[in-house]
Amino acid sequence: MSAGVGVDLENLWIRFGDFVAVRDANVHIKGGDFFSFLGPSGCGKTTILRAVSGFLEPSEGNVLIGGNNMKGIGPNKRPTALIFQNLALFPLMKVWENITFSMEIAGASARDRRKRADELLDMIALPGQGDKLPSELSGGQRQRVAIARALCAEPDVLLLDEPLSALDLKLRQHMRTELREIQKRVGITFIYITHDQGEALTMSDDIAVMRAGVIDQIADGKTIYNDPATAFAASFVGENNVFRGKVLEVRGDQALIRTNRSGDLLSRISTANQGKMNVGDDAMMFIRPEALSLAPTGTQGDHFVTAKVNHEEFEGNSFNIFMEGDGGKELKVAIPNHGQSFDDHSGQDMTLEYDVNNAVAVPAGELAAE
Amino acid sequence: MTTDKIIRVSIWVYLGIFFAYLLGPLIIMSVTAFNSPSFPRMTPWECLTFNWFGELFRDERILNGIWNSILVGFGTVILSVSMGLAGALMLTQIWPKLRATYYTIIIAPILIPGVVIGISTLVFWDRINRMLGLGADSFLSNGLFLTIIGQSTFIASYCMLVLVARLQRYDMALTEAALDLGATHAQAFRKVLMPFMMPAILSASVLAFLASFENYNTTTFTFGEYPTLTIELAQKVRYGITPAISALAFMIVALTVFFALVNEANIKRKKMIAEARKDATVGELAGKIEVPGLVSRNPAAIALIVLVIGVATVTASAMTYSPDQCIADVQEQKRLETEKRIQELRDRRAKDAAEKAAAEGAEGGASQSAPKPSNNSGFGGVFAPNTLQNEAEGATDEGGAGSSNNSGFGNVFDPNAIGNDSN
Repeated sequence: MSAGVGVDLENLWIRFGDFVAVRDANVHIKGGDFFSFLGPSGCGKTTILRAVSGFLEPSEGNVLIGGNNMKGIGPNKRPTALIFQNLALFPLMKVWENITFSMEIAGASARDRRKRADELLDMIALPGQGDKLPSELSGGQRQRVAIARALCAEPDVLLLDEPLSALDLKLRQHMRTELREIQKRVGITFIYITHDQGEALTMSDDIAVMRAGVIDQIADGKTIYNDPATAFAASFVGENNVFRGKVLEVRGDQALIRTNRSGDLLSRISTANQGKMNVGDDAMMFIRPEALSLAPTGTQGDHFVTAKVNHEEFEGNSFNIFMEGDGGKELKVAIPNHGQSFDDHSGQDMTLEYDVNNAVAVPAGELAAE
Repeated sequence: MTTDKIIRVSIWVYLGIFFAYLLGPLIIMSVTAFNSPSFPRMTPWECLTFNWFGELFRDERILNGIWNSILVGFGTVILSVSMGLAGALMLTQIWPKLRATYYTIIIAPILIPGVVIGISTLVFWDRINRMLGLGADSFLSNGLFLTIIGQSTFIASYCMLVLVARLQRYDMALTEAALDLGATHAQAFRKVLMPFMMPAILSASVLAFLASFENYNTTTFTFGEYPTLTIELAQKVRYGITPAISALAFMIVALTVFFALVNEANIKRKKMIAEARKDATVGELAGKIEVPGLVSRNPAAIALIVLVIGVATVTASAMTYSPDQCIADVQEQKRLETEKRIQELRDRRAKDAAEKAAAEGAEGGASQSAPKPSNNSGFGGVFAPNTLQNEAEGATDEGGAGSSNNSGFGNVFDPNAIGNDSN
């Protein structure tokens, strides 16, 4: 894999009138990485992408590609290629003409273009489809043509704006793997925009979690999942159970939190917040459904939670128990299915146990909308 | 008869009347172009002739008018389509709050009477011409220039309406994609937006050309030394109308119908190809699009073929068929009839004279003192009341014959021809 070209955002602000779409973004994307911006719709991630591709001038701050400041350089002069959300394939051009549009602009001959198109069509596993029109292809095929078209321009950075959102679930999962493989093969930097945490986690080297124009956390998927920096990151990425409360005591990298309804619970303070949480602060504690396990009912302690069971469901690979939780939200527990017998506990109290290392405490903050 | 049936019948009757109203004048006018009398008429049918087309193409003023109309038409197409495209693009780019106002302003010329546009164009450019200190023969007071400018003011609005409709379906991301792939704005415009707009540009061009071609009320103020076809026709009609104008009308109708059918057939064909391509690979396609299949599902194509065959036969027969023979026949027939009548007259007169002579001879021998009251002159039967009556009858007959044979050529010898033609 080649080193690739890195992208840096320095103190990037983008405003539309009074509305701040991106607030002081600082991101370093390593060359050859698959980097994702993950956030709910309207969080400003597409705005960042447009600033990188050159369709939008930042209000403040800089975009650097390969160390070069891109200020004042138009989208047609930047070493980026963008894959649009709706793909934006040219409807009147045949597939091969679409793919080699950048070569046509550069003045390549039709024979060279055709040859290159055939190579790329082989790469995206659509051999012999060059003479069709985009409208004659299926959604997944169009997707791949859009990728081929972008790659044909030989960009240093490929930008993808939720390209899989229009596909059905099965195809989406297939395309994830395929995109990742293509990225590994061509070795250029991919910047990927998505609101789907599954896509971000499975494909990315690094993920930036965004909320309302602010980047909450930048880290690899595992870190974001296990060690979220903010309440938003913890609640947006994957399923999580939240416990609200106040910090009662800080013990090194752990905090004892007096929760609103589950007593005093011990939790690890997330890496990003160590040393920043003080006694008396509002805090939130997160435990993943799969990090909880059943304990003898009524067990007391700083890593035991007792609550009433609302209902239960069987999901195949796990039994899910939904219990009365904090702030109207249900507390979800996933017990892996090993073939054990499982009784219905609806209406009864149950006690859960967790490993303190699997519970994460962060300062109280905004949660992701369901 | 049930109510249902009555309704159905009346719908057909209504349709019949409607189409007769719509197409009747065109059909009658077209037919008169092929009849030989010098005043356009369908009945009585005399001779099939193509002479009026020749007449038309020998008319310098009409030809000049057509040529000027085409010049003006092309000028107007270029100017108004580009202005319309610019206006349409502007409409999509403009600040949303201004859009409604802008739209109203752009559409306004359609609502302004053509006469007003004509006068104001003339006045405005005359002012500018004077301001620049140019003479009356400058470019700015050139009739061609003024007509194109004047017509474009409102035709551009029509074009814009057509183009906006297409542009609204354009995905701006396509332009961005082109830019992103390295194209300049000009390249993105030329290679992506223009091909997309092409169908709309073509229909806007046709619309602009037709609107320009048929325009009279604006042009009448601006044409200067370049009278267009409509102007020429209007002037010509003042001095009387000939079937040459019907011939022109027929050609325009035929061309319009032809292109309308071609267009229709094209649309159908594209639809079918699109349908066929959807579930076929490129290789399979060649065999799938067959002419019989195309025709069987396409009434427009059938009509087109009929038209083509019709045009071909008409042209072919026009090459070989000469109406001169027919006209000569009609003339000859008339002459023969006239001669026959004259001969009849003569025969009768000779007979009368012979009878009279015989009677006189008999009377002269028998009794000179009692001449017949009817023959009491020395001039024979010339003044006989019976003879006069005969002659008058002959004249009436001849008049009747003349009205049934009043071809432009045949009537030369017919004393009543002038009277007939001025009917």
